Order: sequence, then C-alpha cells, then structure tokens
Amino acid sequence: MTTRGFTGRRQPPEIIDRIPPGQTLTDDFPVLSAGPTPRVRTEDWSFTLKDGPKPLIKWNWAEFNALPQTKFTRDIHCVTAWSKLDTPWQGVLIDDIFAEAGIEPPTEFALAHSFDGYATNVPVKDLVGGKAMIATFYNGQPLTADHGGPARLLVPHLYFWKSAKWINGLQFTSRDEPGFWELRGYHIYGDPWREQRYTGD
Amino acid sequence: MSDQIAATKAEWQRATITEIVRQTPRVVSFFLQPSQPFAYRPGQHVDVRLSAPDGYQAQRSYSIASTPEQGEIIELAIERLEDGEVSAFFHEVATIGDEIELRGPIGGHFIWTVEDGAPILLIGGGSGVAPLISMVRHRAAQQSLAPILLLYSARTSDELIFHDELQMFNQSGNGFDLVLTLTREPSSQESDYTRRIDPAMIVDVLARMPSQPKEVFVCGSNAFVNAAADALIGADVPAAIIRTERYGV
Ligand SMILES: Cc1cc2nc3c(=O)[nH]c(=O)nc-3n(C[C@H](O)[C@H](O)[C@H](O)COP(=O)(O)OP(=O)(O)OC[C@H]3O[C@@H](n4cnc5c(N)ncnc54)[C@H](O)[C@@H]3O)c2cc1C
Repeated sequence: MTTRGFTGRRQPPEIIDRIPPGQTLTDDFPVLSAGPTPRVRTEDWSFTLKDGPKPLIKWNWAEFNALPQTKFTRDIHCVTAWSKLDTPWQGVLIDDIFAEAGIEPPTEFALAHSFDGYATNVPVKDLVGGKAMIATFYNGQPLTADHGGPARLLVPHLYFWKSAKWINGLQFTSRDEPGFWELRGYHIYGDPWREQRYTGD
Repeated sequence: MSDQIAATKAEWQRATITEIVRQTPRVVSFFLQPSQPFAYRPGQHVDVRLSAPDGYQAQRSYSIASTPEQGEIIELAIERLEDGEVSAFFHEVATIGDEIELRGPIGGHFIWTVEDGAPILLIGGGSGVAPLISMVRHRAAQQSLAPILLLYSARTSDELIFHDELQMFNQSGNGFDLVLTLTREPSSQESDYTRRIDPAMIVDVLARMPSQPKEVFVCGSNAFVNAAADALIGADVPAAIIRTERYGV
C-alpha cells in the first residue's frame, strides 16, 4: 500500500544494500533497555562460562583483558528501526574465549547473562567463526555504561538487543531458551535481513 | 507484573485516521481506526509504516495514548521533530480519512494494569507521557483508587500534553497525584518545580506517596530516561522496580 502524500527521505544509494528492510540510517547511537543503566565497577566485574548450571571457567577484569584482543568494524541494527554503519569495536572474540577455556561448545545454544539480571539467547553457531565478541572498547575508548560497559556481547549480524549489555557470562543450554526480550514478544532469533523483529515474524 | 504476554504475531494492517487534535504547539494527537481492531494493554505501542510510490518505506514506533476501555480507536500523540521524516509527515500531510499502515500491539515489558497493583510512580518527559496517560486513563476507566503519582517534565507549560485532563484527574482527589516540573520556565505558578529531575526531587515526590512504589515507569528521550533513572537510583529506589521506555535520540 502507498501512503498518500509520503515521499520520504531516501537512503544514500552507495550504502542502500547495507541497510536491512524497514531500517533507517542514524548517526546517533540507538539505546534500548528495559531498566536503568547499571554502573558496574571493573573491580566487581567478572565473566563466567557455564555449561547449564555448572561453571566451567571464570575471569576477573584483569585476567579477561589479558586474553587476545581483536578489532572489529561492523554495521549494527536496532529493532527500533535504527541502523548505524561502520561502528568500531575492540574486545575478545568468542572463539578466543572458548580456545582459552580449552573447550568445544557442549551444546548448540547459549544464553548471555547480564549484571542487571537480563538474559538473551543466541545459537552457538552465531557466536563462533569470528562473528561475535565480548567488546570492551568502542571507537577507541573504554565502553561507557550507557552502551553496556565495562563489557557487552557484540553479535552485529543480529538485531542489537541480542548484543547483551553489562555481560557477566555465557551459559550453554541444551535447548534454545528464550531470554528476557524473547519472552516479551521479541523474535527468538532476530535476523535483521529477514526482519525478524517480533514473535512470529 | 504483566510480563510475558502471550505473544501472537502482529500483522501489518490498514488504519484510518478518524480525528486529529492539536495538543500543544509541537504535539498533535492522531486517532486511528484499525481495520482489524486489537486488544492492547496500557503502555504498549504500535509500529507505523509509511510507503512512497517507489516502494521506499519508513517505519517508527508510537506509544498508544488511549486506554482499551475507550474502544477500538487508538490515539497516538506525535511530537513534530525538526526535519523528522515520519513526524513531519503526520504534522504536515496526514489528514482525516487517510489510511496508514500499522501493526500492534507491541511491547511486553512497559505495561501496567490495575491488576498489577499499586502504588505506582510514573515519570514522563515531553511526549514520553503518552504511554503513561494510557495507564492513568485506564485507572480512571476502571474506577480504581490505586495510588498513582505522575511526575511530568516539560519545557514550558504550553508544552504540557493532556494538561487539562491530567488536572481534572488530579482534582478528583481519589489517589491520583500530578507533579509538574517545567525546565525552561524560570518561575511558574502552574508547576511544582522548575528544574530537571534530580534525586532531591525524587525524594520529595516519594514522600508524597502513601508508601514506597511497587513499580516505577520512566518514559521519554534516551537522555531524559537516563537522567530520571539515575535520579531514582540516587534516591535509593531499587533498580529492579524501575521500567524504562526510551524514545531513541
Ligand atoms: C517504543 C517507542 C515509542 C515511541 N512513542 C512515541 C510517541 O508516543 N510519540 C512520539 O512523538 N514519538 C514516539 N517515539 C519516537 C518515534 O518513534 C520517532 O523516533 C520520532 O517520531 C522521530 O521520527 P521522525 O521520522 O519524525 O524523525 P527522524 O527523521 O527519524 O529524525 C529524528 C531526529 O534526528 C534527526 N535526524 C535523523 N536522521 C538524520 C539525518 N540523516 N540527517 C540529519 N538529521 C537527522 C532529525 O532532524 C530529527 O531531529 C517512540 C519511540 C519508541 C522506540
């Protein structure tokens, strides 16, 4: 259906194939969260890898920052219909986390857990192969609390709510368990190119 | 709380603009009759999609300002942003009888109904009052005496959306309390405060409530929500009871 009288603002043609359906380009940084921004001190920060209820390995801030660092520039897509291109990140690839822990993923699914009690589900195949990291720097600066600092998950090929802010652990689960937003009407997988915004999309 | 709604797919559908009401110099309410009316709960939003003749589309979210008890027609209170692609279309082009594509209801977190219990503290900035007035209207329609305090921040008194209606609810003296702060009106008879929300204001406002709020709902621009949420934390309100809805930039 055409909306009477709407012409709209076109996206620049040179980047049009980088913007998923229904998204609009922004220079701002989209923020979506269900509650206040937690202020997590690096002395209180830790990251735990778990298989179900069983902890496999835990790093504190200093130990985590000693893991191999990777830089990563990606386009990001927020479910509220904002996309931002070429965002520069630095952190530890999930591949390197698994390698340092000396594990092969025991299941096909994972939940990312955050300091504020929220969780989001991501299939393991979307975390490995250089696709995802735990980011601690944005644009050359330590990640601010507003954007998930000290550390957030970064899975840029999925809608950005999957890139859990204030992350404190990854947990392998035997089945694909919906997290906080997924239980509240958001899509279980969240591929922006298939416009999987909400349940059933 | 009313979490984990039974999630059903919200399909795109046509809705017809039945009425347009100017609220403030920058905010206009659009009343829309969906072709497939839907049940919703106070605090939820719809996604609106505009399509150009060549297929180009723009999509945005708008909170539902009406309450389900008012019937099938939903009210969206849209603030005009300078050069805003979608808000400027609504303000300049859209007229009664036009069809707009939308889908909803959306959102399973920023919801309050009388069954969820009270007292409730609502904090809105600018057009962020839209989902909050839905909750206040719902309370009134249910003839509930649930204690609700709305702390509403706007730049000037001219920019207070739903001002008369809120004053009317406030004067009915049955448990709804309206507290206004105007950030760009140095002295005002009409408001309780003339500054941005800070921890001291939150402490004052909490003292006006019959007991600690069960939940706090904060809505507005991202900057507003951050400032208000930080002020709440600064006033020792537990993070776990604070729910936020951010309108983006
Ligand atoms: C859950 C939710 C509920 C919401 N509810 C409401 C509501 O009830 N009422 C309401 O009014 N809004 C609401 N919003 C905000 C709404 O979705 C839109 O973001 C808002 O209307 C602005 O859209 P726009 O197309 O008019 O502006 P846009 O064109 O998107 O621009 C927004 C601002 O950024 C600037 N800008 C953006 N892109 C560019 C660019 N490329 N170059 C230069 N400047 C740019 C514009 O000048 C403008 O000031 C809600 C948002 C969310 C997420």
